[in-house]
This record gives sequence, structure tokens and C-alpha cells, in this order.
Amino acid sequence: MNDFLNDLPLFVQSIGETLLTVLISLVVSGALGLVLGVVLYVTRRDGLLQNRAVNIIVNVLVNIVRPIPFVIFVIAIFPLTVAVLGTYIGVPGAIFAISLSAAFAVARIVEQNLVAVDPGVIEAARAMGASPLRIIVTVLIPEGLGPLILGFTFVYVGLIDMSAQAGVIGGGGLGSFALSYGLQRYNYTIIYITVAVIIVIVQLGQFFGNWLARKALRR
Amino acid sequence: MIGYSGAGKSTLVRLINALERPTSGTVLVGDDELTALPERRVRAVRREIGMIFQQFNLFSSRTVAGNVAYPLKLAGVGQPERDRKVAQLLDFVGLLEKAHAHPEQLSGGQKQRVGIARALATDPKLLLADEATSALDPETTADVLALLKRVNRELGVTIVVITHEMEAIRSIADRVAVMDAGRIVELGDVYDVFAHPSTPTVARFVATVLHDRPSPETVQRLRAAHPGRLVTIAVLDQKGFTGLLSRVFAEHGVENQIVFGGISELQERTIGALTYELTGEPARIDAALAALAAQGIAHDEEAAA
Repeated sequence: MNDFLNDLPLFVQSIGETLLTVLISLVVSGALGLVLGVVLYVTRRDGLLQNRAVNIIVNVLVNIVRPIPFVIFVIAIFPLTVAVLGTYIGVPGAIFAISLSAAFAVARIVEQNLVAVDPGVIEAARAMGASPLRIIVTVLIPEGLGPLILGFTFVYVGLIDMSAQAGVIGGGGLGSFALSYGLQRYNYTIIYITVAVIIVIVQLGQFFGNWLARKALRR
Repeated sequence: MIGYSGAGKSTLVRLINALERPTSGTVLVGDDELTALPERRVRAVRREIGMIFQQFNLFSSRTVAGNVAYPLKLAGVGQPERDRKVAQLLDFVGLLEKAHAHPEQLSGGQKQRVGIARALATDPKLLLADEATSALDPETTADVLALLKRVNRELGVTIVVITHEMEAIRSIADRVAVMDAGRIVELGDVYDVFAHPSTPTVARFVATVLHDRPSPETVQRLRAAHPGRLVTIAVLDQKGFTGLLSRVFAEHGVENQIVFGGISELQERTIGALTYELTGEPARIDAALAALAAQGIAHDEEAAA
């Protein structure tokens, strides 16, 4: 326990790094994934902007990236990360890798939720003379918002997992803290405290996501 | 437009606002040849055509007022004018007090009235109603049909009604097209089509609302109770029609008794059919029927058992 008190400042810093990594990754992968997911949805057969070629390309891309285990993905894109950021070490490197990987997962989740939007309301908007882009922004996304928020919440929990993995290979945050100060010193107290903190972060995010989705769905 | 499911009604109505494009042929709406216009121009034409749907298709993410305002936003109408127009439309459909409610808080009939208000927002000349009452109970159906009739009479909007319910045609249509297997098999004034159905499909639809001609089962039952000849005569829209029939039968010494039938009103004209049991000498009965035929009164003899 004394060890832990000594490490407290570093522990707090690690919490901050994890939160920063997760939140920025959520925003970046969320935006990127939303665009990709919408592209997947609207280019489907009988979609608003039906386009077989684009649909196949994006689909294949998503299917290539998604099955790669995240730890391997992070290492595999080190050259890309270095090319973009100059280094793969630290929080920025972790955010880059996580955002890229998660974007493809988000794309699928967005696509699946949009498929569930009643095609009738899209037809109604078309019948009123709305352009495809207008329908996407003012009908498709608002109508699918509740499930989309739940999807993003699901991704958020996954991002915490990914941030810990990235931490282990140089990304900082609670993952690297638990490894360096817990495992390598055989101090299980630190590992369990870290786990507890992560559980709290997950729970808070899940509650917030549920609350937001309920507001969007009005139920 | 009436027809069974799969007859092609919805496809036909979607050609009118180019939600679907025909593989061949042209679609003319007013002076616009939709089939010759690019998608961007078609969108402008669609704003002039309202549409309502069987499942209402209201935006669940918007309030009632937000739903009605949506097409006005598309048309670039400014906020003050939009608010004024939304209030006016909701008042017209009798839902002003529900302006801030969300669609899921409304009954089916109320949802469709919001759909109608939304479809009328841009003052279209044409309103497409795709099975607009098929998801509603009979009483609500009557309310919505009455509202559509007001839209037609008071606002001068032409309405294309797609339905599989003859009752809807009977209560609001002036002209009717009967569709079967992708083709229009009959097209004309509603009264004429009801009075003189030309194909079995049309006759079946007419029978669903008029109930004026006996079914084969009914004929069998009638025959068991009535040994005379059974003759069904279409009732024409002329004064003293049944009196005329009675006189002709009496002149020829034919005893007559009405055993089945129905007379109702369609477009403020009389329509229906009566089945008579005629008894007497066969030659006299033939003479009486011939005399009626000479006055343009046709009959159908129910086949002998």
C-alpha cells in the first residue's frame, strides 16, 4: 500500500492519459466511422446513392482491418504512425492507432443501426424533394440517433480495452501503469486498484450513454 | 386506383413522383415530362406533389409541428412564415393542440392527419395517397376520407388514391382505375364502373361494397325456398324505377316477389340490383322480360340448380 501511495501522482497521471486517449479516440473514430458507415449504408443496393464499386471497396477495407487483433494492428502500423506523428511512443501514437482501428468497427455499427431506420421515412423525405445529402443529415442520422448513441457507448468500452493494450506497447495510461508498477513488481494491489478504476470509468460512460440514448429515444 | 396487392398500384403511383423510373414510356405531370428531367430537376417537381403513406412515415425525431415544417424548410421558407403556415395546416386538420407532441403519442388517425398536413405544406396541386387508410379502423378511415374530400373540395387539390378497399373509392373518388396484374383493366367515372363492371375483377370489387347480387351459395338457398324463375335486374338511376318493374310484370300477368337485393347511393345517384322470383306461364315471363329489355332494362337470370 505504501508503494501505491508513492506512485499516486503517477497513477493519477495515468488515469488522465487513459481518459484523454479514450475520449479523443472516441471523437476521431466516431467521426471517421460515422462517415464510413453512412457511405456503406447509402451505397447499398437500392440505397440513396447506390454505388456498387464504392460499396465493395469500403466493405473490403472494413473486412480487412476488422479481424486484425488490435495488438498486432498497432505494431503493424508503427511505420505509418511514425510517418504521420514522428514517433509511435506515447499518448498521440496510441490515439492514432486506436482511432484508425476503431473507425472501422464504428463504420459497421453505424451501418447496422442505419439499416434499422424505417425506410418509409426516407421515402417520405425523397417524395418531398429532399436531396440525398440533406436526407442523410436531417432524416437518416436523427432517426437513427438513439441506437447510434448506444453503438458509440459500446465502442467507448472497447476503446478503454484498446487503450490498455496500446499502453502495454508504449502508449502510456493505466495499461502501462498496471504493467510497470503492478505486474513487474508483483504488486497485485496496484493491479486490482487499476481494475477498479477502469470498471468505474466504464460504468460512468455506459450510464451516460444510456441516459443520452433514452433522451434521444424519449423512452 | 384500386387493385389487389401486387397489382402494381404502388409502383404506378411512384412513377408519378419519379420515386421509381419507368424502363420505357413517358410520365407527364402537368407540363413536366418527369422522364426527361435529371434527378435535380425532378426534386423540384416533387416539392409540388404531396404524398401520404399507409404507415404514415412521420419523422419520429421531430414533433408534429417539426414534421409539417420539414417540407417548408426544404422549400427555403423563412421561420415566421413557416410557423404561420404550420399553425394554419394543423388547424385545418384539427390537430393544432398537438403541435408539440411527438408522433408516437398520437393515434393512427391523428398520425395520418399530420401526414396530410405535412403533404399539403407546400401547397401542392396533386396529392398521392398510397393506401392512406389501410392501416386504420373503419371509423378512423371514414374520418380520414372525409378530410381528404375536404382537401379536394376546399383546397382544390387533385388526389390520387391508391387502395384495395372499394369503400374508399365509393366514398371519395370521382374517377376510378381498376388494376390487375400490372395493367389498368378499367378506367372511368366511378358510377359507370360500378353500374357496368366489364371484367370479373371489377365485378368482384363492386360486389365487396354493394352486396346487391346474390352469391352462388345464396342463389342455391334462394332456389330451395323459391321454385319460380330467379332474375336479377340492375337498378337504374331513374325515378319510379321499381314501380315501373312492378307495372310491367302486372301487365303481363307475371307474379313477382323480391327475394334478394340492395339499393344504395353512389355520387348522389341510385345504384344497386334486385333479384325477383317470377312465377307464371314461361311465355308470359319471357314477354315481360322482353318488354323490359325494350326499355333498356337488362336482366341476369340466375342459372337453374
